[in-house]
Amino acid sequence: GLAPIAWAGGPDDDELVINGDIEIVTETDAPAHLEELDTIYSGWRFRTDETQALQLDDFDNPGMIFVDQAMDSWGTVEGTEGKSCAACHGDDPAESMTGVRAVYPKWNEDAGEVRTLAMQINDCRQNQMGAEPYGYTSADMTAMEALISVQSRGMPVNVAIDGPAADTWEQGKEMYYTRYGQLELSCANCHEQNYGNYIRADHLSQGQINAFPTYRLKQAKLIQQHNRFQGCIRDTRAETFKPGSPEFVALELYVASRGNGLSVEGPSVRN
Amino acid sequence: MLIPSAVALCATVAAAETVLPGDVTFADGAIEQPLTDGAGDPDRGKEIMTSRGKGNCIACHQVEALSEAPFHGEVGPPLDYVGEYRSAAELRGIVANAKMTFEGSVMPAFYKTSGFIRPGDAYTGDAAPADLPPILTAQEIEDVIAFLQTLKDG
Ligand code: HEC
Ligand code: HEC
Ligand code: HEC
Repeated sequence: GLAPIAWAGGPDDDELVINGDIEIVTETDAPAHLEELDTIYSGWRFRTDETQALQLDDFDNPGMIFVDQAMDSWGTVEGTEGKSCAACHGDDPAESMTGVRAVYPKWNEDAGEVRTLAMQINDCRQNQMGAEPYGYTSADMTAMEALISVQSRGMPVNVAIDGPAADTWEQGKEMYYTRYGQLELSCANCHEQNYGNYIRADHLSQGQINAFPTYRLKQAKLIQQHNRFQGCIRDTRAETFKPGSPEFVALELYVASRGNGLSVEGPSVRN
Repeated sequence: MLIPSAVALCATVAAAETVLPGDVTFADGAIEQPLTDGAGDPDRGKEIMTSRGKGNCIACHQVEALSEAPFHGEVGPPLDYVGEYRSAAELRGIVANAKMTFEGSVMPAFYKTSGFIRPGDAYTGDAAPADLPPILTAQEIEDVIAFLQTLKDG
């Protein structure tokens, strides 16, 4: 008999509606800047029915526990200024944070830099609260990102790639097509040329980040997009970049922009 | 411990007559001269093709003769019967550096040690050592070729 192979031929046809209420766009026309693809898909469309099901209802989604944890942090006073997130942004993040995830990474005029959500959270902790920054991919940070993402679920990703962000975006694009490591593989080799194909036991998606942070069943924890980038580059037998590095910030902006039009979906569930 | 010492002995003998990665000559993508004078062992080749840290060829290729190893990918073409329509020299060239046969191929070069962007130390994510070894040794390439040559109809 044959070894288990499933001729996948692409994403499945399932539709994602969370809690019977929040409609998630998992397939749409590729943004104009992305000439190499006609259609973009959320990674959810490439997972098995069992994994997909865990995202249909928040009670089944293991990532939602971390949203609750972050809600506690939101109201906790820390640092020399005696403030919590709630002190400035209000008790209910739904009022201040709706739509925020959808536009990050984003150019910050005062700082003169492209900021990821994690960078902005740490800027508030250090400069507004006088508190220690969270580790870039720490559990606290990833949970806080999950809390902020949840406020935008169902809204289209819409990161700006022009104006002052253009140089960073170009840098990220160049990285996406660079064949790193001893295996000489680029993000595009796997996620643009081969999405829908199996690579060993993994059904390759387009490597979108609309659904981050993501609860990975294999690791039994919530993981951030820079963890994922690090893992994918490491798997090409390459020297990786560090989470939070300028390179990964640029790559995040570019990868996020490839998903413009998909819904914000995090925290999601993946294998 | 008979097997390890036999392997070690082979490796010593082979090392003396090995063509180094930088000295390999390609003609239309093929390599005529074997990389070692030790004969290729198809059984070892079979193991190399399925083991993750070695060739991991089935990550991308379906091979019916390797069906006892789980999960074959579909990034590359199935390799059943490849021994029938490809010569040993062609197969050696493809496995050593597929880009010499298929321009821009996603298939990694298994006998190459330079010209990489941010090469790593295997799968650690750290920088590669200065004397980065090829993914497969000369003998391992010959073992894989020996196995591929058995992939024939009937
Ligand atoms: C003392 C006030 C203060 C505190 C405390 C504070 N922030 Fe902020 N936050 C701000 C201000 C002011 C801005 C706008 C900054 C800017 O645009 O440069 C901001 C912006 C943000 C943004 C970006 C919003 C957007 O639309 O781009 C996020 C996300 C955020 N804060 C999260 C947090 C979190 C999480 C905490 C707690 C860990 C926190 N903040 C604590 C004042 C605060
Ligand atoms: C050797 C193949 C390979 C390369 C090269 C690769 N990846 Fe991946 N990537 C995978 C596999 C396998 C998965 C898990 C299955 C999936 O979601 O596609 C994955 C998953 C991802 C995911 C998670 C998607 C989701 O919905 O959860 C992201 C994001 C991602 N990759 C981004 C990248 C980026 C950015 C690069 C380049 C820096 C890259 N990958 C390079 C194989 C690769
Ligand atoms: C990351 C994917 C990948 C891996 C790993 C890989 N290959 Fe390939 N291989 C390919 C692709 C794709 C092609 C088709 C050539 C092309 O169009 O680039 C190919 C072509 C070939 C061919 C030529 C087939 C023909 O019909 O002419 C042989 C032989 C081959 N591979 C053997 C191997 C062996 C042996 C290994 C492991 C030592 C291996 N491959 C590992 C992707 C891969």
